[in-house]
Amino acid sequence: MDLFRAHVLVCCGTGCTSSNSTKILEQFEQQIPAQGLDKEVKVVHTGCFGLCAQGPIVVIYPEGVMYYRVTPEDVAEIVSEHLLKGRYVERLMAPKTDKTSESSSANDSNFFKKQLRVALRNCGNINPENIDEYIANDGYQALGKILTEKRDPMDIINEIKASGLRGRGGGGFPTGTKWEFAAKVENDTKYVCCNADEGDPGAFMDRSILEGDPHSVIEAMTIAGYCIGAHQGYVYIRAEYPIAVKRLQIAISQAKEYGLLGENIFDSGFSFDLDIRLGAGAFVCGEETALMRSIEGKRGNPTPRPPFPAVKGLFGKPTILNNVETYANIPVILNKGAEWFASVGTERSKGTKVFALGGKVNNVGLVEIPMGTTVREIVFDIGGGIPNGKAFKAVQTGGPSGGCIPASLLDTPIDYDNLVAAGSMMGSGGMIVMDEDTCMVDIAKFFLEFTVDESCGKCAPCRIGTKRMYELLTKITDGTGTLEDIDALEEVALSLKNGSLCALGQTAANPILSTLKHFRDEYVEHVVDKKCRCHVCKGLTEYYIDPEICKKCSLCAKKCPVNAITGEVGKVAYSIDTTKCIKCGACIENCKFKAVKKR
Amino acid sequence: MNMVNVTIDGVSVQVPSNYTVLEAAKQAGIKIPTLCYLKDVNEVGACRVCLVEIEKARALAAACVMPVSEGMVVHTNSKKVRDTRKATLEMILSDHNRDCLSCIRNKNCELQTLAEEYGIRKVTFEGVKSPSVYDDKSFSIVRDGSKCIKCGRCVSACKKQGIGVLSFLNRGFSTSVGPAYDISMADAPCIYCGQCIVSCPVGALHEKEDTDKVWDAIQDPSKHVVMQVAPAVRAAIGEEFGLPIGTRATGKMFAAMKRLGADKVYDTNWAADLTIMEEGTELLNRIKDGGVLPMITSCSPGWIRFCEFYYPEFIPNLSTCKSPHEMEGAIIKSYYAKQNNIDPKDIVVVSVMPCTSKKTEAAREQLVNADGLRDVDIVITTRELARMIREAGLDFNSLPDEGPDQDLLGEYTGAAVIFGATGGVMEAAVRTVADILEEKDLPEFEYKAVRGVDADIKEAELTLGGKNIRVAVAHSTAAARKLLDAIKDGSAPEYTFIEIMGCSGGCVCGGGQPQVAAQKLMDIDLRAERAKALYEEDAIMPERKSHKNSQVDKLYKEFLGTPNGHLAHELLHTTYAKREVYPDSILEE
Repeated sequence: MDLFRAHVLVCCGTGCTSSNSTKILEQFEQQIPAQGLDKEVKVVHTGCFGLCAQGPIVVIYPEGVMYYRVTPEDVAEIVSEHLLKGRYVERLMAPKTDKTSESSSANDSNFFKKQLRVALRNCGNINPENIDEYIANDGYQALGKILTEKRDPMDIINEIKASGLRGRGGGGFPTGTKWEFAAKVENDTKYVCCNADEGDPGAFMDRSILEGDPHSVIEAMTIAGYCIGAHQGYVYIRAEYPIAVKRLQIAISQAKEYGLLGENIFDSGFSFDLDIRLGAGAFVCGEETALMRSIEGKRGNPTPRPPFPAVKGLFGKPTILNNVETYANIPVILNKGAEWFASVGTERSKGTKVFALGGKVNNVGLVEIPMGTTVREIVFDIGGGIPNGKAFKAVQTGGPSGGCIPASLLDTPIDYDNLVAAGSMMGSGGMIVMDEDTCMVDIAKFFLEFTVDESCGKCAPCRIGTKRMYELLTKITDGTGTLEDIDALEEVALSLKNGSLCALGQTAANPILSTLKHFRDEYVEHVVDKKCRCHVCKGLTEYYIDPEICKKCSLCAKKCPVNAITGEVGKVAYSIDTTKCIKCGACIENCKFKAVKKR
Repeated sequence: MNMVNVTIDGVSVQVPSNYTVLEAAKQAGIKIPTLCYLKDVNEVGACRVCLVEIEKARALAAACVMPVSEGMVVHTNSKKVRDTRKATLEMILSDHNRDCLSCIRNKNCELQTLAEEYGIRKVTFEGVKSPSVYDDKSFSIVRDGSKCIKCGRCVSACKKQGIGVLSFLNRGFSTSVGPAYDISMADAPCIYCGQCIVSCPVGALHEKEDTDKVWDAIQDPSKHVVMQVAPAVRAAIGEEFGLPIGTRATGKMFAAMKRLGADKVYDTNWAADLTIMEEGTELLNRIKDGGVLPMITSCSPGWIRFCEFYYPEFIPNLSTCKSPHEMEGAIIKSYYAKQNNIDPKDIVVVSVMPCTSKKTEAAREQLVNADGLRDVDIVITTRELARMIREAGLDFNSLPDEGPDQDLLGEYTGAAVIFGATGGVMEAAVRTVADILEEKDLPEFEYKAVRGVDADIKEAELTLGGKNIRVAVAHSTAAARKLLDAIKDGSAPEYTFIEIMGCSGGCVCGGGQPQVAAQKLMDIDLRAERAKALYEEDAIMPERKSHKNSQVDKLYKEFLGTPNGHLAHELLHTTYAKREVYPDSILEE
């Protein structure tokens, strides 16, 4: 085996790939041999490191130096300075956070310091397209032990139960119990499915795991198959995740080549095969019954439970379905023991949770925290706070099914139960930070627009109710709403929550219910005072030019697409005819003196 | 079956463990409202009107699909349940075209009934209506998307028929129901059985109404209107006037029809007897001459379309006999016209049928005679006849019992009446064929093996004239599919004669029959109840074998010559043609 004195890890997750990391990779692969270093330095493309806001990211070991926002042009310098002369390229090392942000004084390594990477353990550390690297990091060790020792499936299930692992896809159902149900149903044919249909806007946890560590999911699904007596698994993944699909395909074929999938694994007599099913990107297909209908080739509509999938799932056979992140935890639990896993987290939520941190936060990216970490720690310590010195307003967890957590609950330790108590939910792990400029009515409308689009249309409350709620929110944000509309909104929201067939409908109203709970005054302001305090809702916002500030340059008037601005260059301050103004924002964007304002 | 104990609204009941909460509640005497639920057809829990609260359960559950379990405690009338049901109903109403007064289902609409039962006085959540299509291009079925509540009953009924022309299109608020690509029913490979119509709880699917044409013909002094009515109509029309399901309303039906003003009212049963003479002879000839066997009946136009679309390889197996009302129309425009000295061009033949497919059948080019006249001019359904009776101001239930006009085409036998139930054509044919082969009047002529609705495919081995023959009866096109597939793959025995009806239960449950509310269908097997009325009429008829119909006999002697003879062939037999499913020409539009 070749030994290298240095390893260059180039992030090839989706975020860094879209900012050209493949070019960076190519540059390293050209420049290193050009400098005669190809026997000494190895270039590895990896999955996501997590700090997407600072990507593309390159890490060089053994020093562990992390370079941020690397461009292909920087590569020559890194090679000649760092790799050849041992001098760090310091200009690429400091994270480029906004100096005015609250976090400017905080230690930037907080981003990693407060994290505990269990599900993401290999992401960014190994080449996901090389099974040997996974194996070198304890990969397939858990499966190997189980199969060679012919461990009792119930014993494994009990260990999973003891670990306290709960489903990471949103519902938080105890994973071991789910497996136990399916294991106890007698049937010659059973299935193991993986939900990789991550659909929350802004969420990319599962995608990153599959891109960065696909073998962990394969290993876990094989273990699940052994536990419940299934010999076939399906990974349902959205076709919009091409990199994840490709790496998973490579991983499956490598695993088959190594005899870690397929017939008679480890000569144990146990056989398990895995196939990929591509989803067309319908949000509802993340719901377990809809997902199975979709795999069956049917319209992806949810079906009532019971019967539960553990009894009658895919093709009418007992089936377990877990989410990608849940599976990624399994090999670790079995390698390190349930006790270790259960030592992390809170009383009823064990282990860690991966969040896709986004919105108005400095360190946009992928983070994995021990359960029990507070919202404040995530937003301010790991996330580096709010950009531009703005004030924190709320954080939305659980995507369109979740709710908003206000500033007053910033110290809530994150776990399944606390989030529900706060009117939100864990969801699959989207976390969107909002600052003082975010209108909470508008944000509720934003999520509703998503659920209106994504409702499957099967059950009446969700099909019609989401539309009606969206209409009511439109009225309120347009400035034509009434107090009765707020009541009606709440009434529809509750009947959706109580009456819908599947979790999509039952939770679709959460963005409304939670903002009504924590930010009702903003709703009332919209309908009574006809005011949007954040100047987001166009129907309630007026543009004006402050004559004191206006330099009479005429740029705004030139940019106005509807000729709503008049004045005279150098003589008369410009002003906006509000009857013509379409509030497009072109004037604000172009005024160099911040003379155009909203009220 | 294991029994479990369930408490519903404080009432304890013991029910089989495979019961749903809905069924258990029914047993406890508690009515849970339903809308999308249609027993054995659509059990999907989609409308959320049947929500109930189950103690210790996380969310409200749809009673129609929620299985009971031991010790379950259910509340069907809590505030949470009522509020949610009511809000859901209001939402459904907010996306429904509420022109109830002018709706074809006015006073016979399950949504209207629910709104009334739930005391809906206003619709709180008004908003835009979902996009919809109005499609009345076909001869048989009108689709009014603005009324559709997306319950999926029609989709499931169509799927249960083994056809699946109707399906959900689009998603979310834009969900609609229609054929693929939202093409017209006229262009879809639909057999027009109308099971979607009788499944629809609202006015989103209905027959193409032709009553105005009938009124116009009756009003036109230059027209000679002859109405005929199929056997199955008498078994169901009473329901339209509040009579119990299964009431045989033959007498009042004829009394009402005569009062509508047609020049003549006949019973299609007369032609059913004629059909047996033709079809029985055809069968005997095929057996004798080594023709294509098994021979399959051709009375059901839904089945014929199904065969032409989906199993064209069986077209040679189809009996060439026209369906009875078409035979009757052909005879009316020839023999009857001649006997009465009426120019056939002035005759308007109106068929009252339990069937929506008959409307399209009557327009088949193969059923237009050499003079360019259709055998049958207008087809109306049982429901349309009832509407005409109401419109005419007739008090159906107090009408005297009367019969059809007796001249020329007035007589019929018991064998003809049972055409309306599954197995009836088979039994009628065998009654005659057996007598012919045995050359005697057999005293045992009830073939109960082919009756009933317990199986969708019934088989029997009969000894006719010393020969054993195998026959099969299939009802519903799904059953036909199953049977034909078995014949194709060789797994079926060698049949000589097969009866296929497009609808489950036969014509008594045709797509033109009165709609029965889903709640009522929980208690009864509509097919069996309606069939009883026909077997009852068969049992009281003086003659119960088709070849004993003296007027049919006279027709052959005076006009047609022999069964399957030259003139009989010209007037009473037809041809079929393969139909293309979703041809490019339609999809390209």
